[in-house]
Amino acid sequence: MKQYKPVFILLVSIVLIQLAAVLLGKAFLLTQLTMSAYYVLVAVGLCMVMGYAGQISMGQAGFFAIGGYTAASLGTINFAEGTHSFLFRILDAAGLLIEETTLYGDVIQYLNPWVSLLAAILIAGGAAFVLGVPVLKLKGHYLAMATMGFGIIIYRIVLGSRVFGEADGISNVPAFPLVPGLAVSGDFQSRVSNYYIAWTLVILGMILLINLIHSRVGRALRSLHGSEDAADAMGVDTSRYKVSVFVIGAVFAAVAGFFMTHYNGGIGPSEAGVLKSVRYVSIVAVGGMANLWGALIMGLVLNFLSLRGVFGHFDDAVFGVVLVFIMMFMPEGFIRKSFWQGLKIRAAGLRKNRKVQSEGAAGE
Amino acid sequence: MSNTAAECGKSLLRIEGLDKYFGGLHAVDSVSFDVTSGMIKAVIGPNGAGKTTLFNMIAGYFPPSGGEVYFQDTLITGMKPFEVAGQGILRTFQNLKLNPHMSVLDNVLLGCHRTGKAGFLAGMLSSGKSRKEERQAVEAVLPVLEWLNIIDQKDTEVGNLSFGNQRAVELARALASDPPMLLLDEPAAGLNMHETEDLAQRLQTIRDQGKTILLVEHDMSLVMDISDEIVVLNFGQKIAEGEPQAIQRNEEVIRIYLGDDNA
Repeated sequence: MKQYKPVFILLVSIVLIQLAAVLLGKAFLLTQLTMSAYYVLVAVGLCMVMGYAGQISMGQAGFFAIGGYTAASLGTINFAEGTHSFLFRILDAAGLLIEETTLYGDVIQYLNPWVSLLAAILIAGGAAFVLGVPVLKLKGHYLAMATMGFGIIIYRIVLGSRVFGEADGISNVPAFPLVPGLAVSGDFQSRVSNYYIAWTLVILGMILLINLIHSRVGRALRSLHGSEDAADAMGVDTSRYKVSVFVIGAVFAAVAGFFMTHYNGGIGPSEAGVLKSVRYVSIVAVGGMANLWGALIMGLVLNFLSLRGVFGHFDDAVFGVVLVFIMMFMPEGFIRKSFWQGLKIRAAGLRKNRKVQSEGAAGE
Repeated sequence: MSNTAAECGKSLLRIEGLDKYFGGLHAVDSVSFDVTSGMIKAVIGPNGAGKTTLFNMIAGYFPPSGGEVYFQDTLITGMKPFEVAGQGILRTFQNLKLNPHMSVLDNVLLGCHRTGKAGFLAGMLSSGKSRKEERQAVEAVLPVLEWLNIIDQKDTEVGNLSFGNQRAVELARALASDPPMLLLDEPAAGLNMHETEDLAQRLQTIRDQGKTILLVEHDMSLVMDISDEIVVLNFGQKIAEGEPQAIQRNEEVIRIYLGDDNA
């Protein structure tokens, strides 16, 4: 149970932040906090792949986009236009369509987003599997380049395809009704509930990953990071484990992209960009690599600041600088026990010195 | 231990005509020998004799150019390392391969991986079965840590341990799942005399518990003290095989180790 204590702290902080934002009359901040939560979900998934299993992925934005564009393209098909089609009759009979009347009195029927969520998970997981099997044989820079190549391909596909709206992306994505009275949408009235939906998703994701880390599989993943040969020698099917954790990271990204697209009511190609992938990598790095909580905190802080426009035109540059700085000066990351312990020891040393000096002065 | 008197003395590992070429180099040249259940067998030879290559072929790190290895009458050539481990042949490495950022206990628990079942889903959902399996693994491993005198450091990160203790962690990891056979690649390398004596006693205890050990070692006194049988390799060929006393008297072995008078 010890490992769940931070989850409880997170839960309390989420509630406190929400109350503070509303009480201080800054409820508009909840929008950026909600979006940050979805980016955090990508970061913690990548943290598992990169920090724990030691496999870098520069293609997480690609998986995020797969989730987002699945939500957008499946969610914006109006089946009411082709009520005689075979597909319509099947979906209608299975009860998988949601009927809605627009402001102009037109009836539209769209696919139940739970179906497209399943599709998003399957497509992203499948893509990660097909990509991962050959690519995860590579190591280090080569793996980084290969996954980045995948990210670029996804970016060019969404940018160049008519069905994905080219440079404009896809808008007017309907809300995602989770349960009656609770929907993922950018509605002004549902800002608070959406904040909680997003962070609940993060909490669920964290619990799954924390459990995984403390399990037999988690130990095998961490040890294959340390030495692949050793893990292999102890009976760990390293190639299968690497692919599996890569698929998990991809599914986390896709789910985040899916929810975010319903929340924003649309998605554009910039979400698939390579610079977004770099962002996720730098968040995991600055969070301390093998540190889920570090990735969560830095993901929240950096994305929130970025979404608030604090970095201005230098948005992407900031993430690049962060990455370079961390790699050069703190390859173990910023939020890491040893770093803070080191500071403490140094501070204690300073105090001791000062004490000795003052005692020496008093003695004279 | 499961070994009965009848099982003892039966061939556990059978190596038949193993060959390995690296380009034009014939690193291992049709080597054959048996390892009988419940014995310590050592492979010795000068540097470059092909000992480690032989080891890596048995453990599945690279495929032999020819020949076969049988373990308990199962053909294991062509298996991947993790599959060989799954058969119950656990190895240690000459250059320690531990995760320095993981605790001693976690490093050793990795040794139980092959006998565990919980997968990704069970792990993520922290299912009752997977937690029970985890508890059982810890219970099984603690006596091993105690026996190797590293129980007090069980929560320490391995990177902070002395070299001797790190070697002990490697041995504990190989022993964790109670495997029938150990492959030890220079287990005494880097140990001082006192630690080497400890190791000798421990290896004999492990054998007396019914496990079979195949080891590569440079420390001749250790090899002569504890081995039941020795295989001598030179330039990839087996030049002698037998009990320690016989090997010590073998003229060809003396020649390659001490040099030829006429050279």
